[in-house]
Amino acid sequence: MSRALLVPAAVAVALVAAGCGTPETSTGANTEAGISIFNTEPENPLVPGNTTEVGGSHVLDPMFTGLVEYRSEDAQPVNAMAESIQTDDSKLFTVKIKKGWTFHDGSPVTAKSFVDAWNWTAYGPNATQGASFFSQIEGYQDVNPKDPDGADGPQQAPAPTADKLSGLKVVDEHTFTITLSEPFAVFPVTVGYEVFAPLPEAFFKDRQAFEAHPIGNGPFKFVSRTVGTDIKLTRFDDYKGEDKPKFKDLTLKIYQSRESAYADLVANNLDFMEELPPNALAGKKYETDLGDRVVSRETLNNQTIAFPFYTKPYDNASLRRAISMSINREEITQRIYEGSRKPADGWVHPLMKGYRAGQCGQHCEYNPEKAKEEFAKSGYTGEIVLLSNTDGGHQEWAEAVANSIKNTLGVEARFVPSTSFGEFRQKVNAHEMTGMYRSGWIADYPSIENWLTPLFRTGASSNDGLYSNPAFDAKLAEADKAPSEAEAIKLYLEAERMLADDMPSIPLWTQNTIAGKSNRLKVANLHPFRKLDLDSVEVVA
Amino acid sequence: MGRYVLRRLLQMVPVFLGTTFLIYALVWAVPGDPFEGKCGERDCPQAYISAMRDKFNLDDPLPVQYAKYLGNLLQGDFGLTSSGLQVGERIAATFPVTLRLALVALLVEAVIGITAGVVSGLRNRGFLDSLVLVSTLFLISVPVFVTGYVVQLVFGLQLGLISPTVTSPTFGNLIVPGFVLASLSMAYVARLSRASIAENRRADYVRTALAKGLSTRRVVGVHLLRNSLIPVITFLGTDLGTFLGGAIVTEGIFNVPGVGGLVFRSILTKDGAMVTGVVTVLVLVYLLMTLLVDLLYAVLDPRIRYD
Repeated sequence: MSRALLVPAAVAVALVAAGCGTPETSTGANTEAGISIFNTEPENPLVPGNTTEVGGSHVLDPMFTGLVEYRSEDAQPVNAMAESIQTDDSKLFTVKIKKGWTFHDGSPVTAKSFVDAWNWTAYGPNATQGASFFSQIEGYQDVNPKDPDGADGPQQAPAPTADKLSGLKVVDEHTFTITLSEPFAVFPVTVGYEVFAPLPEAFFKDRQAFEAHPIGNGPFKFVSRTVGTDIKLTRFDDYKGEDKPKFKDLTLKIYQSRESAYADLVANNLDFMEELPPNALAGKKYETDLGDRVVSRETLNNQTIAFPFYTKPYDNASLRRAISMSINREEITQRIYEGSRKPADGWVHPLMKGYRAGQCGQHCEYNPEKAKEEFAKSGYTGEIVLLSNTDGGHQEWAEAVANSIKNTLGVEARFVPSTSFGEFRQKVNAHEMTGMYRSGWIADYPSIENWLTPLFRTGASSNDGLYSNPAFDAKLAEADKAPSEAEAIKLYLEAERMLADDMPSIPLWTQNTIAGKSNRLKVANLHPFRKLDLDSVEVVA
Repeated sequence: MGRYVLRRLLQMVPVFLGTTFLIYALVWAVPGDPFEGKCGERDCPQAYISAMRDKFNLDDPLPVQYAKYLGNLLQGDFGLTSSGLQVGERIAATFPVTLRLALVALLVEAVIGITAGVVSGLRNRGFLDSLVLVSTLFLISVPVFVTGYVVQLVFGLQLGLISPTVTSPTFGNLIVPGFVLASLSMAYVARLSRASIAENRRADYVRTALAKGLSTRRVVGVHLLRNSLIPVITFLGTDLGTFLGGAIVTEGIFNVPGVGGLVFRSILTKDGAMVTGVVTVLVLVYLLMTLLVDLLYAVLDPRIRYD
């Protein structure tokens, strides 16, 4: 399925290029040009390990190159700074990094640059947002001990007993080893995420100076930042990687609103916007505004309905199945999203390597008869409540879903709005949901595992509904220990299949992100991680 | 006069304390922990949340939090946002932009509004009067965001006469957003000055001035206008305060990097330090503006004295 979707995208690019009458080679492009792209104000200091939100990662991503990067064609990891990542037992990994690379300040990138950066990010008192990504490495509990009663509780978190992860060892200048606390076959795939970027000596000497002028090892280096207006980057000419940019300057323009950015995009004042605002999507207005400047692609995020297993009657499997079968996904995606969403048939995203269609089977298909049967079996007759925040444009579909359930099952089904994402998340985290609720997932790294473990494993970081299935957990553990990737994928798919009867969450749809480019860009593709694929950008000569 | 000013300045102290406390309390009382939604769909690491709560004194009782904040504020320290930016610096960067926008809007509002008001006030029930009444009624009934989007769409995108957004906030680039921002108040100013002129036109002092043989131009320009402008000046003064604080919509549409957008985004991202800092400055501006207006009364009408 993923391949099938990529073909039309490639064809579209070729057609656009052909339409311009120039072949798609770099000779026809202006390699000294500068482009401007839409961005939101970074919410955090500009340090990779402390940036998990979009506005900041759009700045840091071009500035840093990690061990692996995700290919834009199929989101698969390829070695970037890593020469090789080897393991025999999925527990001890030996990483060799490429020689001769430097940071933008001229200092060399060594094994120590990675180990020091990871240790810094994982260390509790540094209070980084990315710390939890290192929790699989041996010794994490010592550098970042858990608060026994949560952050809100009266007890203080115990002080860390170590300031370095015991699982990280520098072997020589270009080699280091990673020991995990449990075998995890997918680990090499995860390290492409930005929090795993290396940091130069300069960072550890003067953190504030670094935040004001970050130094990376990626294809672009930092030039200047005017808070609230723009951030300017320029090509790093000594860059050793394969993904050398085909243009010179990159300006990340910060807009007060998406709508004003869209007006600039239409007027060709802005070169790229990775997600168009709702007023442009309504009635497919963007098609008349942008014409062949529309860029679209299926991206790695989905929409689901999660269940609070701690609240009755949502712990009833028959009820969950009945609700899922009573939602007319096809009609809702057509009516509300005009086809820019695709009904989901499983929990794993279709773009993932190894994805298998129809894993959810009949339980994700609209079937009023079966739904009523299951509903009767559940023995529940009361009201069904769907909760969601409304600040992200969720009201329309949530109401449609509630109506679909109401009409099919003949029960009272109600949508209950919550004003802000923050408030909503707080209730989710505190396990205070009074009904089923909206949830979604954006892949952290491209692996089937990322769509299962964090969400459904007992006690996992984002298993907010407190779902627990020992057989499922055992299957995941078996997959984590698998000797090869192919074997691991097979076992993860078996685990996904186990969810179909249980319906710990209802997969609704996956998203086709719609972006737009200016007529100055000859080529500009979207990356599956919902951002501009900078390697692909070519400016009209 | 000096004592009056001093008294007014002293009165500002309790107002300042009251408003900043209210803002501070309200900002941090908005439901939802400000650091819960920070890390997207996944929870923030506990170490991060506790460090942030510590940084903003969120574990202290509210009065203690406020006292600590006020202590810093009195030393001129507005504090840091959760992203490590200096609140004071951000205010210094955005305030001049909004001030420029507000001045453009005020100029547009005063010149066009007063002219239209005077013209129609002098010609009661004539064609010009009806024209002003109808057009101001139209302006009053259209919300600013509609005017803004229509101007952006028609002149920016369809006709291509202006850039749809402001690329750099110079006076020249701010004329269009200034017009949009002023459109609503312009209508009020026109109506206010019209009513005032029409009323004073029949006043004794105007008749006296005319009887003394002064030219109509002098009677209208000096005697009539000066007296009729008192309510208008009040309106313009408070309006400048409103422009400075409430240009959120216009700034958003035309992408002006000013205070409005800063406040709006800070509220959305729950950046309490930023919201309190900016609003505190706005409160001060508002208080100073009303003082200035009151002092202008005395200049316009010698009968008003503050001693």
